[in-house]
Amino acid sequence: MTHDALLSAQGIDKSFFGVKVLDGVDFSLRGGEIHALLGENGAGKSTLVKILTGAYRRDAGAMWLDGQEVEPRSVAEAQALGIGTVYQEVNLLDNLTVAENLYLGRQPRRMGMIDRRRMRGDAATLLARYGVGADPDETLAHYPVAVRQIIAIARAVDLSGKVLFLDEPTASLDAREVQALFTVLRQLRAQGLGIVIITHFLDQVYQIADRVTVLRNGRMVGSRAIAELPRRDLVAMMLGRELAEATAHRGSGATQPDTPAAFLFEGYGKRGSIAPFDLDIRPGEVVGIAGLLGSGRTETARLMFGIDRPDSGQAAVDGQPVTLHSPQDAIGHGFGMCPEERKTDGIVGDLSVRQNIVLALQASRGWARPIPRREADALAERYIKALDIRPPDPNRPIKFLSGGNQQKAILARWLATDPRLLILDEPTRGIDIGAHAEIINLIEKLREDGMALVVISSEIEELVAFSTRVIVLSDRHHVRELRGAEITAEAIVEAMAVPGDAA
Amino acid sequence: MIRARYLPFVATVLIFVVAYALCALQFPNMLSFRVLGNLLTDNAFLGIAAVGMTFVILSGGIDLSMGSVIAFTSVFVAVLVRAGVHPALAFALALAVSTSFGALMGLTIHALKMPAFVVTLAGMFLARGAAFLISTDSVPISHDFLKQLKGIYIQLPDKGKLSFLAILMLLAFAVGVILAHRTRFGANVYALGGSEQSAELMGVPLRKTMIQLYAFSGFMAGLAGLAYTLYTSAGYSLATVGVELDAIAAVVVGGTLLTGGSGLVLGTLFGVLIQGLIQTYIVFDGTLSSWWTKIVIGMLLFAFIVLQRLILLVSERRAAIRASSGG
Ligand SMILES: Nc1ncnc2c1ncn2[C@@H]1O[C@H](COP(=O)(O)OP(=O)(O)OP(=O)(O)O)[C@@H](O)[C@H]1O
Ligand SMILES: [Mg+2]
Repeated sequence: MTHDALLSAQGIDKSFFGVKVLDGVDFSLRGGEIHALLGENGAGKSTLVKILTGAYRRDAGAMWLDGQEVEPRSVAEAQALGIGTVYQEVNLLDNLTVAENLYLGRQPRRMGMIDRRRMRGDAATLLARYGVGADPDETLAHYPVAVRQIIAIARAVDLSGKVLFLDEPTASLDAREVQALFTVLRQLRAQGLGIVIITHFLDQVYQIADRVTVLRNGRMVGSRAIAELPRRDLVAMMLGRELAEATAHRGSGATQPDTPAAFLFEGYGKRGSIAPFDLDIRPGEVVGIAGLLGSGRTETARLMFGIDRPDSGQAAVDGQPVTLHSPQDAIGHGFGMCPEERKTDGIVGDLSVRQNIVLALQASRGWARPIPRREADALAERYIKALDIRPPDPNRPIKFLSGGNQQKAILARWLATDPRLLILDEPTRGIDIGAHAEIINLIEKLREDGMALVVISSEIEELVAFSTRVIVLSDRHHVRELRGAEITAEAIVEAMAVPGDAA
Repeated sequence: MIRARYLPFVATVLIFVVAYALCALQFPNMLSFRVLGNLLTDNAFLGIAAVGMTFVILSGGIDLSMGSVIAFTSVFVAVLVRAGVHPALAFALALAVSTSFGALMGLTIHALKMPAFVVTLAGMFLARGAAFLISTDSVPISHDFLKQLKGIYIQLPDKGKLSFLAILMLLAFAVGVILAHRTRFGANVYALGGSEQSAELMGVPLRKTMIQLYAFSGFMAGLAGLAYTLYTSAGYSLATVGVELDAIAAVVVGGTLLTGGSGLVLGTLFGVLIQGLIQTYIVFDGTLSSWWTKIVIGMLLFAFIVLQRLILLVSERRAAIRASSGG
């Protein structure tokens, strides 16, 4: 095999239920490099990672670590070989403490007993490297996804003596946290570690990676040094075609309509969560919400959708005051919301793609009135097509779809309820660049059809592309509202940096 | 502030203390080392079984075979001793059998990917049947060695005694506490209770842990069987029917989440003591039917399930607030 490779694999095959999802894939990783593994949703990236890290067994092929042929049969065995992994489904345990999660299976021991005090101390030191102030003794369930993601990364980094796999590690991190992660990755690279990172953010690929390997439909398309690969070529490698740059500038009709506000929030707020804000939304407009993680974006959405109860202010729909104290209330008034934590509270794994898509619609109609099969089929077909869910099989249990395709199905679930006001929290996260463009087009189209949308996103370019207005949040305050020509990436970034109480 | 995960345990201890205080107000005699000593002795075999059950439930499983294994062990030992085998050897054999039986159930659960409830239900019938095969009668035993064992005790103030059985149970709990909180095995058990899939992706060896876990619960069931044999000086295949349910009740009243992943071994001790306390109260009262024990335990169980639900909701709320103020 290749002599300078730290980890290499050849001829990897894998089928699920007779369908080949990896077909003769070769992969090679050098020590001291950061290697991006790219490809569309469902290309087979996560499956390859799971095979190389002992979570799945391959059907054919071989792999070598440091020139030795190895065959990890379980994650534990791979860990013992010095391979650490963060899987796409963040795999930590809510019921254990932060420290227990970090050291599960490799707890420091004294005389055969776990040395809990040392474990706590080590955990605190480890987390400090990532700027996370989590209490090592608190159960993980107390922390938001972003913190858990960092803890998962910290664990994997700490136990990877040689190779580190990160499957979409930056999906729920904000720009600052991504930079902190990259700093750590660069240090590890300097120490000679081989790092494989999967992401759909091409900016991040160009920022951190040395080499890329691209998969398409389970086959390896090629492996290149990033310096010799212009972005356009990379995209073409991934998609097998050129991507029309539809998202580069703002859609034309995206000006604020003159119709009266259909949805009105006044002095709406909740102590400790989000300061009182005013917000009015008209049909046919997209209100973008920008802000760093923890600035109160998700809290704003949760409050509007009735997941949290406000302790000040009032809401009105079509001029009539309404109470929104539960998602049922909100759905009753024509709201829909696609939550941020789709990984954890989105999918119902054993149900089919169709059932997952009609779930919210069914709930809003009441369980006593089942949706006729024909209608469900039509909805499923429509959204599988609109969002390009792959494989396009409505009967497949959703747990067998790739991460990005699951996300699309959840998005479809809320679109299917045909709401008057749709709140989308990070709709393009984990979705490949091809589908990314489709979703942005879809948002445009829904807006043109007269839907009111509130879209939270960490991707500022994306907000600029589809928003009629952008609300910028900082420190749990709504600090700035940008309209029309004011909406530029620079203006948003600048407003995000304003301390919240200065507003 | 008390961490949310300790709340059920604190509640259990409080309930025990308050209930004991109430009992003592009505019957001042109940507040004595003698009563306390008896309380421990009378519930020793249940307590030992409950230690094993705590681990199984923490892992998200269940072991329905316990009552049958206790009966099997007692008959097995009684028949061996009657046939002239030295009790120490008989004990060792019985523990070896019950431990391997447990290990086998663990292996089956893992290999066949079957719910623990199904496999241990089969185990329950198997062990009970085997006990019947050995003997259908109550087999009394007496041996100097057994008398010596029973003669061991620690003197407590005012004529109270910490009997051999009570000591054995407290030891079992001590071992349980150490295993749960100070060993990788214990950590893996909690991990399984959180999510088997995540635990596997974090490198927990599922097969090994599953086998160790049910072997441990089999061992504790065997030990409970020995305690029961000593306690009644007999082996009887019809005995201890449904003890596994009492053990489950003790575990849940002790603050362990029935769905696994959260709880303390020490809580189970108080769960057992609460059950014992109610029985003692009924004895002191003299007029109440002993079924009141079941009724009160039923109500407590219900209360605990509600309590745990509430704690979960409250901590989710707190998490939401923290998520917004912290991250
Ligand atoms: N456990 C499974 N059972 C059946 N099919 C599966 C399973 N896991 C993945 N697949 C299928 O294998 C293919 C590759 O999935 P994989 O998760 O590797 O994609 P991916 O490249 O990671 O995509 P994404 O960017 O969406 O995460 C998909 O078509 C998926 O439906
Ligand atoms: Mg994936």
